[in-house]
Amino acid sequence: MAETTIDRPARPADPTRAGDTAAGRTPTVVVDDVHITYKVNGAKTGRGAATAALSRILSRRPRKDGGREVHAVRGVSFAAYKGEAIGLIGSNGSGKSTLLKAIAGLLPTARGRIYTHGQPSLLGVNAALMGDLTGERNVVLGGLAMGMTRDEVHARYDEIVDFSGINEKGDFISLPMRTYSSGMGARLRFSIAAAKSHDVLLIDEALATGDAGFQRRSQERIAELREEAGTVFLVSHSNSAITTTCDRALWLESGTLRMDGPAKEVVAAYEAFTRKK
Amino acid sequence: MSSQTTTLPTAPPADSLSLGELAARHGLTVSGARPPLGTYITQLWSRRHFITAFATARLTAQYSQAKLGQVWQLMTPLLNATVYFFIFGILMDTAKHVPDFVPFLVTGVFIWTFTANSITAGTRAVSGNIGLVRALHFPRAALPIGLALQQLQQLMFSMGALAVILMCFGEFPKPSWLLAVPALALQAVFSTGIAMAVARLAARTPDIAQLTPFLLRTWMYVSGVMWSIPVVLKRMELPEAVVLALRCNPVAVYIDLVRFALIDSYTRAQLPPHVWALALGWAVLFGVGGFVYFWKAEEQYGRG
Repeated sequence: MAETTIDRPARPADPTRAGDTAAGRTPTVVVDDVHITYKVNGAKTGRGAATAALSRILSRRPRKDGGREVHAVRGVSFAAYKGEAIGLIGSNGSGKSTLLKAIAGLLPTARGRIYTHGQPSLLGVNAALMGDLTGERNVVLGGLAMGMTRDEVHARYDEIVDFSGINEKGDFISLPMRTYSSGMGARLRFSIAAAKSHDVLLIDEALATGDAGFQRRSQERIAELREEAGTVFLVSHSNSAITTTCDRALWLESGTLRMDGPAKEVVAAYEAFTRKK
Repeated sequence: MSSQTTTLPTAPPADSLSLGELAARHGLTVSGARPPLGTYITQLWSRRHFITAFATARLTAQYSQAKLGQVWQLMTPLLNATVYFFIFGILMDTAKHVPDFVPFLVTGVFIWTFTANSITAGTRAVSGNIGLVRALHFPRAALPIGLALQQLQQLMFSMGALAVILMCFGEFPKPSWLLAVPALALQAVFSTGIAMAVARLAARTPDIAQLTPFLLRTWMYVSGVMWSIPVVLKRMELPEAVVLALRCNPVAVYIDLVRFALIDSYTRAQLPPHVWALALGWAVLFGVGGFVYFWKAEEQYGRG
């Protein structure tokens, strides 16, 4: 935790942020000194692993020794405002995706709090909705799960399918989702989630998966979502995706916030840092 | 920790408000917090179309890879009943102690299968839909409820098959068949409640899913699915308390009620005392208990 104290004062972004607050804009996500730790089961393997596991299940006591703790996010604080698109950058394992999951309410914080306006929705690229069901069914189910009514889903169905571009190469929407390529699955998921305007939309590398045409469409859609007074977070390793889509960027390094400011400046500083490495 | 805060006197939130105060002033809520029970029920109700669509989609997807497709909806319960008839009716000769053995057996198997499958589905309610859980926000109870609803839809197919079997064995539709409706409704509430409870247990400890088949098989053999509890126990001279416990076992109660409704030779004398009160009690106890138990861990599903 000592690193935190070294990094923090060097952060040059404070004036911009103070200006934001002073302008009286509405915050949508407030992250207040958040720490996130993972408890890793089975990091210690070898003799007695099975009996240790058994006693762990039987006794509900929290273990002091067995598991290992990974401190993924260390004291990050910032406030995001309505209409902002914020890029999260940083090298692998710097805590970007972890922070995003915590904002979505899918990971508990070890310390500190995350306040949100409404329910943030997280779009990841890996998981499909329900592999055994057709794309059609997934569109309807996804829409209903997000809280749209049946009528809204049917009204938006064509729009969602057209947007995803799944049917560009034949009638794929009536095939089970497990037969889709990972790119197609990610596109359909993005299309479903983007059909509804969210207060806060969190995107984890979604833009990197689609082809050029889909990337352009999704950038346009993100711009629309921002105009509908939402906030968009984007995690990406593509610096160009961050600068074209986002106006603000957060740079995370080993779980601490290195820099927070206009996307172009932060990306430039990050690029300079990676080149030095 | 304290050293960190003291070294950051100029760090944000520098201007007047702390971040916590800023959030409070604009009415932001803590992310990932569990909603109160009342709100949770309202949210769940507003997702009712999702629950029914989920159940129907799962039901049709279930046999989508099979060549015979939806025919399996009927074939599976019928084949199950045939296997049990072969073992218990022919090999073990239980049939001679029970009048109308085939309707008796088939009713038992179908009613049992409903509860057993709901529980099995419950163990995979969260882990089997982790993609959905991690991607979209909805009350997680929608998953075990939807899966139990899927089993209820499956049961409706089985009941159709049962009606045909009953008529083949000389039992024709009569007003008392309607008694099966409240019995099945109560059983559905009971099964959903257990499905929710095991869904929470299995989400925390996935090993539960490995253990359930054995527990379920034991439960099936003591529930009088393919033999008559009173007939067998009369010959065994067990203590009265054990007999009572076996007869009040929720699954035995629901099976008895449906048999009583559908089969002429199955009379009131074969039902345990206060049978409807028991059926209602089990449904309320497990329905409400399972729901509250599942809700208590709402914020933890899909994490880690």
